[in-house]
Amino acid sequence: MRDPILTVSGLKKSFDLSQPFVTRLMKGGERRYVHAVDGVDFSIERGTTLSLVGESGCGKSTVAKLLMGLTRPTGGSIRFDGHELAGIRAGQPSVVRRRMQMIFQDPYASLNPRWRVARIIGEPMKSFATHPDPVARRKEVDRLLEFVGLSAADGEKFPHEFSGGQRQRISIARAISTKPEFLVCDEPTSALDVSVQAQILNLMRELQKELGLTYLFISHDLAVVNYISDQIGVMYLGRLVELASAERIFSTPQHPYTRLLLETVPDITMAHRDMDRPAGEVPNPITPPPGCHFNPRCPLVNDRCRAEAPAFRVHGDAQVRCHAVQEGRSDPKKLRKVG
Amino acid sequence: MALLSVENLTVAFPGRRGSVNAIEDVSLSISPGEILGMVGESGAGKSMTGAAIIGLIEPPGRIVKGGILLEGQRIDTLRPEEMRRIRGRRIGAIFQDPLTSLNPVLTVGEQLIETIQTHLRLSKAEARERAIDWLRRVGIPAPEARIDTYPHQYSGGMRQRVVIALALCAEPRLVIADEPTTALDVSVQAQIIALLRKLARETGVAVILVTHDMGVIAETADRVAVMYAGRIVEVGPVAEVLTAPRHPYTRGLMASIPRIGARPDVLPQIEGAMPRPDARPGGCAFAPRCPHRMDICGHTRPDLNGGATLSVACHLTEEVPA
Ligand SMILES: Nc1ncnc2c1ncn2[C@@H]1O[C@H](COP(=O)(O)OP(=O)(O)O)[C@@H](O)[C@H]1O
Ligand SMILES: Nc1ncnc2c1ncn2[C@@H]1O[C@H](COP(=O)(O)OP(=O)(O)O)[C@@H](O)[C@H]1O
Ligand SMILES: [Mg+2]
Ligand SMILES: [Mg+2]
Repeated sequence: MRDPILTVSGLKKSFDLSQPFVTRLMKGGERRYVHAVDGVDFSIERGTTLSLVGESGCGKSTVAKLLMGLTRPTGGSIRFDGHELAGIRAGQPSVVRRRMQMIFQDPYASLNPRWRVARIIGEPMKSFATHPDPVARRKEVDRLLEFVGLSAADGEKFPHEFSGGQRQRISIARAISTKPEFLVCDEPTSALDVSVQAQILNLMRELQKELGLTYLFISHDLAVVNYISDQIGVMYLGRLVELASAERIFSTPQHPYTRLLLETVPDITMAHRDMDRPAGEVPNPITPPPGCHFNPRCPLVNDRCRAEAPAFRVHGDAQVRCHAVQEGRSDPKKLRKVG
Repeated sequence: MALLSVENLTVAFPGRRGSVNAIEDVSLSISPGEILGMVGESGAGKSMTGAAIIGLIEPPGRIVKGGILLEGQRIDTLRPEEMRRIRGRRIGAIFQDPLTSLNPVLTVGEQLIETIQTHLRLSKAEARERAIDWLRRVGIPAPEARIDTYPHQYSGGMRQRVVIALALCAEPRLVIADEPTTALDVSVQAQIIALLRKLARETGVAVILVTHDMGVIAETADRVAVMYAGRIVEVGPVAEVLTAPRHPYTRGLMASIPRIGARPDVLPQIEGAMPRPDARPGGCAFAPRCPHRMDICGHTRPDLNGGATLSVACHLTEEVPA
């Protein structure tokens, strides 16, 4: 990669779900952890978009929170433009933090309902002191409102006076108010209707071009990810199983889970495919299967897959975590259907 | 004869400035074994239409115009206890969150057996056999063992399968499924869609499938009704509506859906937003956003007109019959 702005390596986060120590002493019971993020590696080229896709619970939002310093990693490193972030205490604002902002899925929950929109958008400029003067700050707020397709007069209103799509525009204005270089977008259009989603996705692409932003984009919708991404990482139970360019993921998916995901996207071409096969569901993340996490659902499974976790290896111009791919026993042509 | 026909149905809620119509002049019909998709953005009136059909409009909302006929019988004027008998026995329901349909303190078997015995004349042992049979049909592995377990012991996808069994076990003629796959992951959603389609084929039950997801409609439905601002703007065979939409709203909606395989620089988008029920313009509710707006659209509301299979509510298509 020529100029990565962000490089994540061996990133891990586990949550301790055990009963308190005393309860465990009296009632027995073991320590239980959920390995929400279990060794994730990727880098993002400046000015591009890397998307993380995967089913709910695979660890996407936890990666987002780790990058934003909202929760501390259990292990691994996060390097942003040469600065190591993994050691910084959670929540601590720093010069780097101003350069990274986040947009959330729920534009209702992420805006303070009692503040006027101008105050919401101006808040980061105040706390990071990029615009300490209130008059200059208000001028900048008005400019931002128009930039994201609202009007300066909207600054006087409260969040409840806006539709879902307009609220997401407000969140975007707030996120770009400190002139960040990097935006983490956690399912920013998942709560919106498709016609509104198109407006927001177009706005995000426009902002990227105009401001040179880098995005980490999170979604469970492969078609959305296809539109917005340069690189796509597919996650399964805390691990990346495949990472490649958007073109590659869709034209020649390699990991059996990537293929399953692509096959199960509802298709507006009305193929009426027969999908009621036992393709299974994501297992409980507290007790993931040994070896490759995907092995109970995998049509290519063998004894090695059940015992030994595959490494994340370069294969062609993708990175894939799969014994079958690495051993050359995953010819997509021979494999008519996964599942 | 249509299994269900809804005619000019209007549901109103009292508002601060007079009564507000949640849905207006909704007319549709469905034949036995048919899957009718209802699609549209949130607030368009899909759930309200479904709620009116099963007699579960939340007061103070009420039907102020039109009617609902099930197998020729008027059901919108029935007393609540009569309607309760129809629900379950002749009309089943599946909702987005499986937990709203399941009782957490009863086993899956107890719930199925109770529903079966309420509506069908079967002994306890026969009802239990029937319940196991339904669990097998909806794809629950080892149903003989799992029948005596509780809903929380099932995964999300398996729970929705149980809800489907519960909706179908009294052998209704019609099922209203309101966003049945929205809470599920894509790989599970695909399995539930296929299951619904298979069961409709096998049992001849008709399904009204409410969803905001055009992909789900495409994979499941035979016909689709597109709703906008409380009205049906286009209805017809899925293949026709999705590949050659006539109404400018349907066209805009279809174009704005990102697709796998295409990577345009800009997604076609419809400007603006759907008006709230108390702020709908006179004339066609889509007119302010419509790229083909004509003078008449500003003051005259277009009726749903068309041929035997496809109908569109648009002044443009009125002039150029398809
Ligand atoms: N604060 C937390 N405490 C305990 N478990 C958590 C916490 N946050 C997330 N998890 C668990 O970590 C896993 C990954 O969650 P998340 O990152 O939210 O997934 P995704 O965003 O892909 O749906 C899930 O099993 C989730 O239940
Ligand atoms: N209890 C209620 N009181 C007043 N208005 C309601 C109520 N429930 C729904 N509505 C209105 O009815 C319209 C249709 O809602 P709904 O059928 O739930 O939409 P959809 O299912 O298409 O998202 C919306 O404008 C909504 O605001
Ligand atoms: Mg998440
Ligand atoms: Mg609804």
